[in-house]
Amino acid sequence: MSDRLSVFKTYKLYVGGKFPRSESGRVYEVTDSKGTWLANAPLASRKDARDAVVAARKAFGGWSGATAYNRGQILYRIAEMLEGRRDQFIAEVADAEGLSKSKATAQVDAAIDRWVWYAGWSDKVAQIAGGANPVAGPYFNLSSPEPTGVVAVLAPQESSFLGLVSVIAPAIVTGNTVIAVASEDSPLPALSLAEVLATSDLPGGVVNILSGRTAEIAAPLAAHQDVNAIDLAGADAGSAKDLETAAADNLKRVLRPGTTDWTADPGTDRLLAFLETKTVWHPMGV
Amino acid sequence: MTFDYAPAPESRAVVDIAPSYGLFIDGEFAPACDGKVFKTVSPSSEEVLSEVAQAHADDVDRAVKAARKAFEKWSALPGAERAKYLFRIARIIQERSRELAVLESLDNGKPIRESRDADLPLVAAHFFYYAGWADKLDHAGYGQNPRPLGVAGQVIPWNFPLLMLAWKIAPALATGNTVVLKPAETTPLSALFFADICRQAGLPKGVVNIITGDGSTGAALVAHPDINKVAFTGSTEVGKAIARTVAGTDKKLTLELGGKAANIVFDDAPIDQAVEGIVNGIFFNQGHVCCAGSRLLVQESVQDELLDALKRRMQTLRVGDPLDKNTDIGAINSAEQLARITALVDAGEAEGAERWAPACELPGSGYWFAPTLFTGVTQAHRIAREEIFGPVLSVLTFRTPAEAVEKANNTPYGLSAGIWTEKGSRMLWMASKLRAGVIWSNTFNKFDPASPFGGYKESGFGREGGRHGLEAYLNV
Repeated sequence: MSDRLSVFKTYKLYVGGKFPRSESGRVYEVTDSKGTWLANAPLASRKDARDAVVAARKAFGGWSGATAYNRGQILYRIAEMLEGRRDQFIAEVADAEGLSKSKATAQVDAAIDRWVWYAGWSDKVAQIAGGANPVAGPYFNLSSPEPTGVVAVLAPQESSFLGLVSVIAPAIVTGNTVIAVASEDSPLPALSLAEVLATSDLPGGVVNILSGRTAEIAAPLAAHQDVNAIDLAGADAGSAKDLETAAADNLKRVLRPGTTDWTADPGTDRLLAFLETKTVWHPMGV
Repeated sequence: MTFDYAPAPESRAVVDIAPSYGLFIDGEFAPACDGKVFKTVSPSSEEVLSEVAQAHADDVDRAVKAARKAFEKWSALPGAERAKYLFRIARIIQERSRELAVLESLDNGKPIRESRDADLPLVAAHFFYYAGWADKLDHAGYGQNPRPLGVAGQVIPWNFPLLMLAWKIAPALATGNTVVLKPAETTPLSALFFADICRQAGLPKGVVNIITGDGSTGAALVAHPDINKVAFTGSTEVGKAIARTVAGTDKKLTLELGGKAANIVFDDAPIDQAVEGIVNGIFFNQGHVCCAGSRLLVQESVQDELLDALKRRMQTLRVGDPLDKNTDIGAINSAEQLARITALVDAGEAEGAERWAPACELPGSGYWFAPTLFTGVTQAHRIAREEIFGPVLSVLTFRTPAEAVEKANNTPYGLSAGIWTEKGSRMLWMASKLRAGVIWSNTFNKFDPASPFGGYKESGFGREGGRHGLEAYLNV
């Protein structure tokens, strides 16, 4: 063992493709499962949440307008970058969740494979969720899925990395932009994921990552008039009802919390949850 | 010499309205537990048509219990058997379509030409369409053996009473759910006639329950702890209240709410066809249409030509007796709705927009509003932002396609939009940029049971119609 003093990393938020500290200047202590100090993470404020919404909205036009092929390439690139940092994420997940190295490895490998799985959906989802409708008249009629818009995602509390990936990837692959609230007690893998996203050709603002008190950040996101949907995966049973009530103000699409085994085949539910169906009619004739 | 239309009234002898109706619960008509009733009037004459029961919360509970009891057997029936019930219903609707069309025009005020040629054919088609799905659900893309949700509480509006009933009941029954449906307070009759159709079809008791009443009945239904699904069509305001009511429960929710659709006319559009589309877009069903093309966005270079043609066309619209086969615009559905339209139109004038309507003689009794358009409308005007739900068109202009998109999307709603252009690439570009669930290009207000319908943003969520419409009633 060398006596060299290691260089700590300052963990920061990820908003609009940049790495700001919380505008509030606040941090909170993050520890491993045994209570040993790991880092000070930013304690994001309501203002940080609003800034993240602005960034996500700004990114929506370009990202939703990109070709499905292009989005798929970028998601695949994220998987490539993750593979390169595999050891780092295994260590962070092991610390965060108190897992053995082999169990943490299984989580990280599953997370990388999940990016690859979702990446492939980009140019296929329209073919399973849309199609031609045989209407009774001389009309061309086609239904196509389109992204809902800006999606607030409360990442799962227990599964700090696989769970996080499992809620972000399906939302963005279809063209939504996301504000993700990291696991409150285990935010470090999420904040490190931001470094991967920043180097994977993903346009700034497509994914924004906030760490802090889930309840504090979730409330302004659920009530925000420029957020189109909210995934309550990481909300506790007590606050989920209040968040859903606040979300009704502008009729956000709400994905309620449930018991999810993040290691299981995710199916297409989350992929389809944040899509709108657009149906276009046009007369046929000569 | 002028040629006038002779009156051409459809006979109302074909429909026999009873002096009073009870609630249809568990296959039987019964009065409300507290005996309360309310009157339903014909909006074209203010004539009382019948008296119907005002369901109390205890009646709602009884209806939900009946639906719950019926659910076990209904959901266990082979899909092919459920399908046959729905095919029977579709056929009986076709057989009784003239009766139902006249009834609908009497209770709602819509022209017989529309109830006969649009509403009723679509009602029957919707049941036919979903009947065919009942035994094919394994192939619908929702996995093997998708399960029904249970009891569906359904609340529908007054603008297309029987058609909205069909949109709600047909997919619910096809997927194996049982239903408690509340028709709108001002248009309860066709739903009560539908109860008789269920009886003729031999539908098992409790599978369909119809409870009449006002908003309090709807609120009690939506809040009932033993329903698994809420489906609502109506105002965005009520839709939000319902979303709050079901928050924190396991109830699945679909909402089909208001709209403020842009109907966008480019300078290369065939003007005569566009004018027909604009008229159909805003004056169909007195403008009581959530997807009505209530904002006309016209490219500046053809504004004068288009408005001249539109005004000429509006002068030929015939407003009057809904049962007259030559009537284009019938009665406003209620005094309350007429007051709402009048208030918004007054606001339009007060805010500085210019009001125009053709010379138009309106009947002395009943609720009427002449087809109206406003020019000089800005995006800040209430008549450009709020849903009027009446025969009132707000005209705005644009110069570039990008500006048209910007203005069209500048609304919290996102139900529908129209595009008029001969250039295919521009049509497809516009269609991809508009944030709305239904895009009609070179047409407007077309509906089909195979075609998903529903909104973006505050126009609600979920789709009705097509394969997509099954999802609202399946545990997926």
